[in-house]
Amino acid sequence: MTTTLDAVPTLDVDPFSHETLEDPLPMQAALRDAGPVVYLPRYDLYAVARYEEVRAALVDWQRFPSSAGVGMSNFKHETPWRPPSLLLEADPPHHDAPRAVLSAILGPRALRRLTDRWFADAEDLVAGLLDGRGDVVELDGMTALAEAFPLRVFPDAVGLPAEGREHLLPYGDHAFNAFGPSNDLVAKGAPRVGELSAWVASQCAREVLSDDGFGAAIWAASDRGDITPAQAPLIVRSLLTAGVDTTVHGLGAVLHGLATHPDAWATLRARPERARVAFDEAVRWQSPVQTFFRTAEGEVPIGGTVVPADHKILMFLGAANRDPRHWHDPDRFDLDRDPSGHVGYGMGLHQCVGQHVARLEGAALLTALARRVERIEPAAAPTRHHNNTMRAFAALPLRLTPARA
Amino acid sequence: MDRLVVQGKTQVAEGVVALVLARPDGGRLPDWAPGAHVDLTLASGATRQYSLCGDRWDAHTYRVAVLREPDGRGGSAYVHDELAVGDTVGFGGPRNHFALVPSTRYLFVAGGIGITPLLPMVHQADLVGADWALLYGGRSRGTMAFADELARHGDRVTVHPQDEGGLLPLAAFVAGADEGTVVYCCGPAPLLAAIEDATAHRPRHLLRTERFVAADLGAPVRDEPFVLELARSGATVTVGPELSVLEAARRAGATALSSCEQGTCGTCETPVLAGVPDHRDSILADHERAAGDCLFPCVSRSCTDRLVLDL
Ligand SMILES: Cc1cc2nc3c(=O)[nH]c(=O)nc-3n(C[C@H](O)[C@H](O)[C@H](O)COP(=O)(O)OP(=O)(O)OC[C@H]3O[C@@H](n4cnc5c(N)ncnc54)[C@H](O)[C@@H]3O)c2cc1C
Ligand code: HEM
Ligand code: FES
Repeated sequence: MTTTLDAVPTLDVDPFSHETLEDPLPMQAALRDAGPVVYLPRYDLYAVARYEEVRAALVDWQRFPSSAGVGMSNFKHETPWRPPSLLLEADPPHHDAPRAVLSAILGPRALRRLTDRWFADAEDLVAGLLDGRGDVVELDGMTALAEAFPLRVFPDAVGLPAEGREHLLPYGDHAFNAFGPSNDLVAKGAPRVGELSAWVASQCAREVLSDDGFGAAIWAASDRGDITPAQAPLIVRSLLTAGVDTTVHGLGAVLHGLATHPDAWATLRARPERARVAFDEAVRWQSPVQTFFRTAEGEVPIGGTVVPADHKILMFLGAANRDPRHWHDPDRFDLDRDPSGHVGYGMGLHQCVGQHVARLEGAALLTALARRVERIEPAAAPTRHHNNTMRAFAALPLRLTPARA
Repeated sequence: MDRLVVQGKTQVAEGVVALVLARPDGGRLPDWAPGAHVDLTLASGATRQYSLCGDRWDAHTYRVAVLREPDGRGGSAYVHDELAVGDTVGFGGPRNHFALVPSTRYLFVAGGIGITPLLPMVHQADLVGADWALLYGGRSRGTMAFADELARHGDRVTVHPQDEGGLLPLAAFVAGADEGTVVYCCGPAPLLAAIEDATAHRPRHLLRTERFVAADLGAPVRDEPFVLELARSGATVTVGPELSVLEAARRAGATALSSCEQGTCGTCETPVLAGVPDHRDSILADHERAAGDCLFPCVSRSCTDRLVLDL
């Protein structure tokens, strides 16, 4: 029996050029409109950018496994730059135990013990920026808020010592670049890879971690035999790689959205309980993690055509989150929207295990800002930071008008 | 309410039927790992647990195997005598209290219908190249389900019917366990007591067991509509079987963030202020379910006429 397959539309675009990274939206729209799956000859890979196909590929771990890498490199043929992640770059059955352990440690009920402290920390951070600084405060939203808050609460929650934390952001930046092609962004990070990787590896050891953080909880799981002692440090490493830059740029996204949408800021001030939804709407709208790859297990049919076996498929989470086939007026940051079902944290077996941590950070910081700040506006145009995987800001100049006490 | 349709029903041993279950629309089922069970709501609102014993690489069907329990309250008898291909059952989960932890060596001990959770475990142990052996006991050969499927593993599997060989030789079976060997056992209470004795000299976490105990019956699961009250707005809405609590709450004007909408990701967790939740998620442990103070409205429902949520 022969089946007729549609020709795969081909687009000669480079998702990882500086031009695209500066503004990926036009390319994403072209990919969505070209078809349910598109061939990118430049990198000999297939791409999905519509909501339906991205979501279907994300949940289908059987046909789109992760263990050959979730970047452009195919681990079946190339050596990964570091020992693969036991979560992100693993399939069942190896994925099961690390995932079960982290899901419990980072689950909403486990995080309740952090809620009060993180809300208080956010109040304190915001007070430090506003108190005694006059009627209008200008600051860089990235360094003063989006980076400052996660760096204040997250390494403590993991249980890292104080020294060396400045390595976290450059390490994460490189790790997220490394999912892309080996372009100049990867080359830029290469000189420090050895030093940063060695530092990160040294922080995963049991004796380095405090005895009450996520790290200690991971080691305790190895004492119970739920994971092996050899797995524990790599699972701690997952937190250090995936848990910092992501939330920094998630917070950057929501600050940018609120500063550029006064109606949204008004909504949040009137109803601060919407902070959690506001953060997720920003994760949809900017999609701090833009892309991940999978590798086809056998020939996989998608939308009338077939992805050939062992080929890489690039999933555009950011494009799916703005697909007008699924979302109404998707380019609008809208606090009255229900962003439920966005794929900014992925979907299915590998869906972000840190999403409750991210939401708690978002809710804490936004609640503190809504309480203390009457107006938030751009003080100048933001500048982008280019990364092969993340949609990021280099600087986000903001003007805050404190609320009268 | 989430329901599964019975796609197949086969007798796999004396007193044991296997069911193949699928979504009515043929869609993907929630992912699971060996050791997981689903809650099936049978006729009259009775909920029973059944271990998944199929192939997790098949995302579209579940397989369970049910032993007829003559002294029971009727759940298994209903499956045997009345449930037919094409019928539907309510379902919740999957949940897993018996996960396969990573190791290079496993010893599996099954008694009777306790083979069900161990079946996918041995396949998985084989897949990862672990060293393993299974000792499988039962009243008589004819009552022991899946012995045929296990035959391909050769001498890793010992089938030991009681009428031919007496009680299981547990002490000899676990004698070879080294310090990394994890022992998994599922079966009747006397077998579990015996394996605990046989491994008493070893660290506790190297023995993992599951008992198919009949849970105390809580309030029966209901098919009739109930009233959902949203505490923050005071709005009320009637939730019939065709509507999820999440959807009903949204129709009544609540903002409720969700993501997976299948009870696995935890995004939609909501405090319960009054009423008894009918939990269908894959997340809460038994004691958390019993507390009844939160639920996942994307899948969970109400056992009581009125459910009040902090929304
Ligand atoms: C995690 C888990 C996984 C399971 N997996 C399977 C499986 O794969 N296959 C399978 O066949 N079964 C499995 N079971 C058992 C299953 O859920 C049912 O208990 C079984 O099918 C019997 O149901 P029943 O209604 O016929 O009998 P039940 O009424 O449930 O009676 C079962 C036994 O409990 C006794 N009993 C009756 N009433 C009570 C009571 N109020 N309190 C305590 N005990 C009572 C009965 O005398 C009888 O011996 C599993 C149970 C659990 C908890
Ligand atoms: C807004 C912030 C965040 C975003 C947008 C985000 C995004 C994502 C995405 C898209 C995935 C899926 C990857 C895939 O399918 O291949 C993922 C997985 C993951 N994330 Fe996040 N993340 C965020 C925050 C965090 C935090 C705070 C942590 C740690 C506490 C974390 C840890 C992880 C881990 C360990 C995985 C791998 C899970 C698995 O493969 O099972 N993330 N994240
Ligand atoms: S939305 Fe995932 S648990 Fe309800």
